[in-house]
Amino acid sequence: MREIRYYEALNEALAEEMRRDENVFVMGEDVGLFGGTFRVTEGLMAEFGARRVRDTPIAEAGIVGLAIGAAFAGTRPVPELMTMNFAIVAMDQIINHASKMRYMFGGQIDIPLTIRAAGGGGTQKGAQHSHSIESWFVNAPGIRVVIPSTPADAKGLLKTSIRSNDPVLFIEHEMLYSVRGPVPEDGEDLIPFGVADVKRSGSDLTIVAWSKMMHEALRAAEALDAEGISAEVIDPRTLDPFDWDAVLGSVSRTRRCVVAEEGWRTVGVGAEIASRVTEALFYELEAPVQRVGAVDVPLPYAKNLEAAALPNAQDIVRAALKITT
Amino acid sequence: MLSSADKIRLYKQMLLIRRLEERVAESYGEQEIGGFTHLYIGQEAVAVGAISALNNDDYVISTYRDHGHYLARGGDPKKFMAELFGRETGICRGKGGSMHLADVENHFFGGTGIVGGSLPIAVGMGLACSYRDDDRVVMCLFGDGATNQGVFHESLNFAKLWNLPVVFVCENNFYGIGTDVRIASALTEVHKKASAYGLPGYRVNGMDVLEVRKLCDDVVGLVRGGAGPALIEARCYRYQGHSMTDPGRYRARAEEELWRKRDPIPRLAASLLSAGLLSEERIAELEREVDDVCEEAVAFASDSPRPALSSLYEDVYNETYPSDPHA
Ligand SMILES: Cc1ncc(C[n+]2csc(CCOP(=O)(O)OP(=O)(O)O)c2C)c(N)n1
Ligand SMILES: [Mg+2]
Repeated sequence: MREIRYYEALNEALAEEMRRDENVFVMGEDVGLFGGTFRVTEGLMAEFGARRVRDTPIAEAGIVGLAIGAAFAGTRPVPELMTMNFAIVAMDQIINHASKMRYMFGGQIDIPLTIRAAGGGGTQKGAQHSHSIESWFVNAPGIRVVIPSTPADAKGLLKTSIRSNDPVLFIEHEMLYSVRGPVPEDGEDLIPFGVADVKRSGSDLTIVAWSKMMHEALRAAEALDAEGISAEVIDPRTLDPFDWDAVLGSVSRTRRCVVAEEGWRTVGVGAEIASRVTEALFYELEAPVQRVGAVDVPLPYAKNLEAAALPNAQDIVRAALKITT
Repeated sequence: MLSSADKIRLYKQMLLIRRLEERVAESYGEQEIGGFTHLYIGQEAVAVGAISALNNDDYVISTYRDHGHYLARGGDPKKFMAELFGRETGICRGKGGSMHLADVENHFFGGTGIVGGSLPIAVGMGLACSYRDDDRVVMCLFGDGATNQGVFHESLNFAKLWNLPVVFVCENNFYGIGTDVRIASALTEVHKKASAYGLPGYRVNGMDVLEVRKLCDDVVGLVRGGAGPALIEARCYRYQGHSMTDPGRYRARAEEELWRKRDPIPRLAASLLSAGLLSEERIAELEREVDDVCEEAVAFASDSPRPALSSLYEDVYNETYPSDPHA
């Protein structure tokens, strides 16, 4: 299969869905003439014009609110928030409005809306540009949370998100945009929500990880392999809905589990996974579920401090060794 | 009226900002500096003209394009460079970096990376001034892009409603990253946005430090005197890309060249020369002095240690508890 980069896979998904459905349109800061901060919307303005690729003011609450309204009224907006931290500016629209209105209105309306945003640290962008805050959104019912780690997952899941009739927060990672991987060319090769992917099989230990941490988990699995420990790496790919069967099935075989996320450890998604695994498999577990995550401080700028604050493969290895040896 | 010594001081400050920023670009290229780094080159006249109109105990608050503001407020170039290098001796101990310079001793409340984020905070500082009935004013500097955020409108309304001593200074450089102000703003004459909330709106040539200073002297005086908040639109231009990673291809060459001809630094030099307030020799001397400061700043930064890993856990709270993360 041909290999393309993560940002190119996203770009393809957008272009294909826009060709397929006239109601799909893109809007956001610098998405049009500039071609997108991370090149995801590159070329779309040339193909689809300014009606369907809309440059907006810097006004995140407005961008998301407008997109909700446009979705009410029958279109399928795909707004881009330049980074996840700016989703915080739009939090009221995302949580109080997008995620609740269908329910409050007794199911009378659909909100087919896909909010794309880039998250993640590792490039010294400091405390206001780097955090992984997916857990905040997973906490709220009513909005799907999609977080792909590979180019193929990025493409297949973005297409599913755009076709979904519910609001979706689609979280990309700044450090993954240039990652290459095989991606199907078939425009109908969609990846369903709620289906985890086993990125590496193993028998001694299950590592649950998504987004950039999935790649750290693969690196950790290599290192563990050298120690004679066989680690399975499961990427849930969507955090809401969540493929509990896949994770519980794997852990019931391996009897050991490490959850690794880039966000703060406290009340992270990992806390939920650890607790569900424990509830379901307490008597089968050989050891307590381990959680790896960011240190609970705002991300510092200095390179050495940032590196110390963010979790990596070594942290996963350390957690794994704690429960396997 | 400004004395000739005042004018020379303004010249030297602009030159210092320009030359230090050139060093920043160099060090970024050498990967000593990372993250998002937004240069102030081209806009020096705004920071220097506006901030020099303030008293030492007035408050200043900025954005992520904060280098010029920090330096114009009297920030130490060494601690500036050390911060950008991510060193322990940096003004924020290496925690903030380029976008989050703060120098509270100089009443400079720093850079925020969230467009529009500082505006209500500025109004809040104005509220404290009014609450205590002191004589201070707050100067809030931000870009044209910020004027389309909801908080801009909330802030102007609050400031006027409660008659707070806030001078809003919008640096209109006509772009928010790659987006032309005409694509982002229904009303491109930013100063007119003031009228919606009953504030006076002024426009000034942000490429002329003396004009900026003169207007700011007047406006700061009025605001300090209790006239209520005001909005100043300083029209200016950034000579570099939005940040170090932006080649800035979306701007027309001719437009860039036009604005380069309006460079505030040679402009002031020419006027001081022709008025006989400066000589070519004195200019060369000033340049040497500034270059020495830059040299020292870079040397100080690169000789400084990286922050101790234990500092990762410090500064989150004033009061700590055993359950807080620690080394
Ligand atoms: C809330 C928010 N949205 C988006 C961004 C990304 N961003 C950083 S700077 C910028 C442009 C700001 O333009 P302007 O206010 O004109 O200031 P300038 O950079 O021209 O000084 C954008 C969109 C951000 N930092 N914060
Ligand atoms: Mg601007």
